[in-house]
Amino acid sequence: MACVNSDGSLSSSGLELLKLATEPVSPDTISRELGIPLFKVRASLREMLAAGLVVEKPAGYQTTEDGLNKVGTVLA
Amino acid sequence: MDVNDFAIATVAPRLPRIGDAAPQFEAPTTHGTLRLEDFKGSWLVLFSHPADFTPVCTTEFIGFAKAQGALRQLNTELLGLSIDSVYSHISWVRNVEEKMGIKVEFPVIADLSKEVATLYGMIMPGESKTETSRCVFVIDPEQILRAMIYYPLTTGRNIDEIIRLIKALQTADEYGVATPANWQPGDRVIIPPPQTQEAAEERVQTEGVECKDWYFCTKELPEAG
Repeated sequence: MACVNSDGSLSSSGLELLKLATEPVSPDTISRELGIPLFKVRASLREMLAAGLVVEKPAGYQTTEDGLNKVGTVLA
Repeated sequence: MDVNDFAIATVAPRLPRIGDAAPQFEAPTTHGTLRLEDFKGSWLVLFSHPADFTPVCTTEFIGFAKAQGALRQLNTELLGLSIDSVYSHISWVRNVEEKMGIKVEFPVIADLSKEVATLYGMIMPGESKTETSRCVFVIDPEQILRAMIYYPLTTGRNIDEIIRLIKALQTADEYGVATPANWQPGDRVIIPPPQTQEAAEERVQTEGVECKDWYFCTKELPEAG
């Protein structure tokens, strides 16, 4: 998988994305801020949405409580 | 047409043609599961190669990898494909980096099911039933198929020609012109022939337009930048 591994762990780009999306953010902004191609951001967001790590809001994608926990676990 | 021909004609998938909407797909790649729609807004070069760990394909992958910077400047992404597994692709691109010093950063579809290859007509049974030929599909930001190139297994593609093709398509879109044989950026472009007698008379008198005859007129484009 692009950003969520089969054991549930996250790739480094996946973690960066979750950290950036603490406020709603658009795929274009994520692409620009992280220097990741837009196609990859879209694919990653789809996976994270399915895994419950982000939610889609009118203003963009935002990291969920579960997503923040993932980030916290890695940083701890 | 006899009965057998008719049977073949009815089951053969309709292959995409220039001007068609590019067939949508979702496929496993070296960058995770990708959909064609993920590339919307960018130009895309979808290309197939016969097999991983083969010499001609390796030279092509090196060529595409080296061209990726130039293609990105043209808002163009690369997406490779062959009927190999993700593990084979990963192993091969790592080998290319280790042995040739070239990092392959574009995704490669692992089309073991041949779904995408079949959808795009990448398999030429007269050449091989188990490998994709060297096909190139240029897809525009609206996901319309704009150009196709097919090369046989024996012959590596000219990557510069693919870049030139994309520049020519983008120029045609931006300025409403056509490009002559062997056109390169900076060369004169062809103005589409006039559709009426009145327009033909005006065309040959237009300043800045050079006409060999009323139907064959060229002009310079403003310099970029």
